[in-house]
Amino acid sequence: MSENATPRDERTMYIDPHVHMVSRTTDDYEAMRDAGVVAVIEPAFWLGQPRTNIGAFQHYFNMLVGWERFRAAQFGIRHYCTIGLNAKEANNEPLAEEVMDLLPLYAAKEGVVAIGEIGYDDMTDAEERFFHEQLDLAKELDMLVLVHTPHRNKKEGTSRSMDLCEEHNLDPTRVIIDHNNEETVEEVLDRGFWAAFTIYPETKMGNERMVEIVREYGTERIFVDSAADWGVSDPLGVPKTAQLMLERGLPKEAARTVCYDNPLAAYGQSGQIAEEDWLNPPAIDQRQVYSGNSVLRGGRDPVVEDPADRRKDSIIIE
Amino acid sequence: MDRSRVIELLDRWIAEAAPDEGHRWVQEKQEEIAGGAPNRVFYTSFSAVPRYTGKADLDLSAADREAAEEARAGWRPGDWSVDQAGRSRLVLSLPSEDRDAYLSTLDRVFTHADMNESVALYQTLPVLPYPKAHRARAAEGLRTNITAVFNAVALHNPYPAEQFDDGAWNQMVLKAVFVGSPLYAIQGIDRRANAELARMLVDYAHERWAADRSVTPELWRPVGPFAEGAMLDDLERVITAGTPAEQQAAALALAQSPTDRAATILDAHPELRDAVQRGALTWGRLAREAMDAADHAVENAA
Ligand SMILES: [Zn+2]
Repeated sequence: MSENATPRDERTMYIDPHVHMVSRTTDDYEAMRDAGVVAVIEPAFWLGQPRTNIGAFQHYFNMLVGWERFRAAQFGIRHYCTIGLNAKEANNEPLAEEVMDLLPLYAAKEGVVAIGEIGYDDMTDAEERFFHEQLDLAKELDMLVLVHTPHRNKKEGTSRSMDLCEEHNLDPTRVIIDHNNEETVEEVLDRGFWAAFTIYPETKMGNERMVEIVREYGTERIFVDSAADWGVSDPLGVPKTAQLMLERGLPKEAARTVCYDNPLAAYGQSGQIAEEDWLNPPAIDQRQVYSGNSVLRGGRDPVVEDPADRRKDSIIIE
Repeated sequence: MDRSRVIELLDRWIAEAAPDEGHRWVQEKQEEIAGGAPNRVFYTSFSAVPRYTGKADLDLSAADREAAEEARAGWRPGDWSVDQAGRSRLVLSLPSEDRDAYLSTLDRVFTHADMNESVALYQTLPVLPYPKAHRARAAEGLRTNITAVFNAVALHNPYPAEQFDDGAWNQMVLKAVFVGSPLYAIQGIDRRANAELARMLVDYAHERWAADRSVTPELWRPVGPFAEGAMLDDLERVITAGTPAEQQAAALALAQSPTDRAATILDAHPELRDAVQRGALTWGRLAREAMDAADHAVENAA
């Protein structure tokens, strides 16, 4: 193993609490499992281009609670999701109304850990309207909320998101504010919310900055995710960040807290994700079929065992 | 069917198997739904049941199983889990006076159901109002490739034998053989046997043999009463050269055939013939022994 290769420590477990696996390949699942990722949470989001009819949302939600969960299980990874209408697509109001009508059929299904990711994108009136309506839904169903904070106007958007949650009398310990940075972290923690950080190349956080945030703010209510999706992103964002924390002199417990314990504590409040799910897992059996499909094709042997360390990437993501 | 008795039993079993607050939650929700709450209340509560009741087995006593049978012939909730009972209970609280509105709500929840929800819905079929209205939906459930969902329709369920025409029935039995679901668990398997099904099953056996593969001995059960001509040649071959379980199955099938030739073939195997006549060899016993053997094979492989 080269000096920069991803570490393989059998005792280290990670959770990636924000990753869009429908856009990722089986290579990614294998690499994540090899790096120690035991569970992933897939927030409902947009797909890079806006959907134009309700059936597309229905199939997407079905995928999150069915096929993708099965696909992950084939690689020994437990898959959970959040259900919600994202901010970008809230701007098509007639369609957004139909989605609001569909959400009650998916929000409380097994393995759905929160309403999300919801929030602001351009901070339009339509975004605000469906943000409110979905906070009502979360309140009605006694569910957690995952808030996506905007890329532009982030500081104001983040404050305003927390204002809305408070207006709806949501307990801040049951709300996860995601995509934080150095500008937003202090207020989010001061107001008692969970602060998630997305290690995403170029546009969000690099993991060297993340190490410094943990050094400065500690580990309480802070956790890390990859938000890997259909863009240039890294599904090993969580394990690489944990490794970098160790290399930069932070204690092992700190890495474990922000890359495993905290996301589990935050989303565990839903009652839908628990450590036993992967500590006592069903055996990996890639021969299982779901809806007539196996992940395997072309007669490949149905076994997943130690594919050689094929990733020799640097652990630094910038 | 005594639907109010079904509901009473479900309420008692949920109270016994769910935590107190889970049981109270189901009661609250069923009252809201029965009282005409908006559909979203039904949809969200139906999904959320396991969050409140947990998923323990009902673990019904022999007396409870009898009570179920009395309330609705063929109703078999004995092996259900408490969340399945809770979901059934909520479906049974939907107001059904307005037939169209009722069926459209039911249709919507079926359409969007995940795997465990589908299982609970199909298990509830035999106690729903408007039994004839669910035939297409039940047939849809058989087209799934998720075995748990298929089994919820096909096994331990009186609905198919009561409502399916021969076409749907025959497809169901053939698929049960194909996916390895036990035929003894199909209610009405003997009563609904027919000549066309016998032909389909024997054709299937020939396909398997041509590929050098075996078929479940239970395949011969619906064939027996309609076995004639070339089918008797097959049964003669099986009773002579099959595995012990296959030989027993062939004996049972031959004993059910009304033809003289079947009796002649069976007479050449007096031990098997006598076992059938004494009642020592039955389809039920054969199926149980086959299941035990399969369990041992799994244990030995593990
Ligand atoms: Zn996302």
